[in-house]
Amino acid sequence: MCLAVPGKILSIEGSDPLFRSGRVSFGGIIKNINLAYVPEAKVDDYVLVHVGFAISIIDEAEAMQVFEYLRQMGELAELEEGGTQ
Amino acid sequence: MKFIDEYRDERTAQLYSRALSRIVTRPWTIMEVCGGQTHSIVKFGIDELLPSAVTLVHGPGCPVCVTPLELIEKAIELASMQNVIFCSFGDMLRVPGESKDLLSVKAAGGDVRILYSPLDALKIATENPEREVVFFAVGFETTAPANAMAVYQAKRQGIRNFSILVSHVLVPPAMEAILSFPDTKVQGFLAAGHVCAVMGYVEYEPIADKYKVPIVVTGFEPLDILQGIYMCVRQLEEGRAKVENQYSRSVRKEGNLPARKIISEIFRVVPRKWRGVGEIPQSGLGLQEAYAEFDAELRFGVAGRTIDEPAECISGLILQGLKKPHECSAFGTRCTPEHPLGATMVSSEGACAAYYHYRRRNN
Ligand code: SF4
Repeated sequence: MCLAVPGKILSIEGSDPLFRSGRVSFGGIIKNINLAYVPEAKVDDYVLVHVGFAISIIDEAEAMQVFEYLRQMGELAELEEGGTQ
Repeated sequence: MKFIDEYRDERTAQLYSRALSRIVTRPWTIMEVCGGQTHSIVKFGIDELLPSAVTLVHGPGCPVCVTPLELIEKAIELASMQNVIFCSFGDMLRVPGESKDLLSVKAAGGDVRILYSPLDALKIATENPEREVVFFAVGFETTAPANAMAVYQAKRQGIRNFSILVSHVLVPPAMEAILSFPDTKVQGFLAAGHVCAVMGYVEYEPIADKYKVPIVVTGFEPLDILQGIYMCVRQLEEGRAKVENQYSRSVRKEGNLPARKIISEIFRVVPRKWRGVGEIPQSGLGLQEAYAEFDAELRFGVAGRTIDEPAECISGLILQGLKKPHECSAFGTRCTPEHPLGATMVSSEGACAAYYHYRRRNN
């Protein structure tokens, strides 16, 4: 029910902030999405969409942290293992 | 698809699983709050990747599952009215009421429509000025901005034949309720990422402090969940109880401010009954006075009716993390997704349905 899907903004229409909407592509499937809650979103941004509304702009830099975190832990573990030898 | 596929990488999942094994020294029990996470965990077998000392319990996390029987009955009553077009998200249609569900109302000729977005209901209302359009506004905080916007626009555009049947629930009070149960087993939480995308996570800090539980805001893909579990276990092992954010690509500390503004314009916090759990104070949203004209319960005079839950279904214990679905005697026999007895078998995010679809072989 709280499913929210990332999609890429292709175009933005409307000047009234409450009715701002855009065409958003979900892996090729294009839908018209309300953008009132992401006023700073631009074309080419990825947004998280739930029941026709973008609720968040996806931060591309933060998107890598799942892998970064693991890498840091791995190095930490190696250091510790190295230390006990 | 970008931002989905990379978080399903098996090799990275194995690395997380190994990393977890390295830090676990004792048994821990963690609850994932959101049904979307339950679905991912069971579908991808994430629980099978965990060291045996780490147990996941499935929380109350699906608004479909926790909508109380009496609201389903009200929905059925409204949907059966001659002049009403009753609009809903698809997964509410098969939630069993006392004797039937919304789908059978539709089959009997009721005008029940499945919508993708509440704004579609406004459109239907404009196109059918002589009819009454009711939207079943179900959801957690994630869905509140959409439902609030529908009401806000209806008022602004003077759409008078539109109203909503509100069944909105809030996550933090339910987490507190679970922690207050005397036999609660929960020692840490994965908080629901999309709820926090809207609300942020400041409101979880007092809960982490008061109950000494780590709370990790977590996403929905397998690697998100594994990292969330790792961060939670790490806190438990180190004796910390803080709020941390695993899902930083989508969740900011303060949440989505424009969305929160509209939510508080339209809704106020009210007590709400949770199916299987009972009434939890301050755990739901209802319409503000200023928007009471859009309240379907008032408009059609169905407010104030109450109905007790059937005794047979143990979904309450499952929602509290005290039992697993296959421990229910009706599971998979008298209760299946085709003929559900309880709400947790209806929604694909309900724990019973998730176990039914992905775990039948094992049980
Ligand atoms: S299997 Fe069916 S009857 Fe048993 S707890 Fe789940 S929903 Fe209820």
